[in-house]
Amino acid sequence: MSVLINVPETAAPGEIVTIRILIQHPMETGFRTGRDGALVPRDIIESVACLYQGEEVFRADLFPAITANPILSFHLRAGETGRVEFVWTDNSGVTARDGRLLTVA
Amino acid sequence: MILTRRTTLATLIGGPLVLRFGPAAATPETMQTAIDGFTGGADITEGRVTLRIPLLVENGNSVPLTVSVDSPMTPDDFVEQIAIFNEINPLPDTARFHLTPRSGLATVETRIRLNGSQTVHAIARLSDGSFWSAATEVIVTAPACREV
Repeated sequence: MSVLINVPETAAPGEIVTIRILIQHPMETGFRTGRDGALVPRDIIESVACLYQGEEVFRADLFPAITANPILSFHLRAGETGRVEFVWTDNSGVTARDGRLLTVA
Repeated sequence: MILTRRTTLATLIGGPLVLRFGPAAATPETMQTAIDGFTGGADITEGRVTLRIPLLVENGNSVPLTVSVDSPMTPDDFVEQIAIFNEINPLPDTARFHLTPRSGLATVETRIRLNGSQTVHAIARLSDGSFWSAATEVIVTAPACREV
């Protein structure tokens, strides 16, 4: 599973920056039937959280109505230099994380 | 006297339009239940929320959505949550965004699936406990969820 994270490398203190994340994932709804007529089990990312300076600054709860390879774009007010960390969890409870360093100067 | 009456009438008519999504509205029942679950039955006022979705969508499997709320995003006055609801997908819940004053700007973008033409609703809960909404009608020519 690969992930694309877009965090600017540098920001001025107090600057509002745009953060983007795209996670490669089928987001299988659990409502579709396969070729054998049985329901394809649900397999979705349920939660994507963004942490910065030890705080959760943004979280998205996702439902089957979110596209495959979910993409999220939101904003963050730059404070101090630190990692912008993402933690995402699927409906079976599996968690993954990745992040980028944001240098504030 | 006449001036007073006019002023009173203008205030009544032009005042903020308070919209309660009642069961009698055209929105399906399941979405109403989901919205009630989100608001706890509180009043929802139309406004402050902008929901941008293409009016005509060819592919319901990937519909770009941008929601923004007019808010200073300060520790005293910020958007806590934005919930997106749809009318006719199997589940009315679409996405829920939790924001903080650290967000700086209450604008979120994602891509959604729409199982046919319908109205999409965005409802924001502010830090003062008030609820604000916007809705957009979308025509979908090739719905999601149909094919394997």
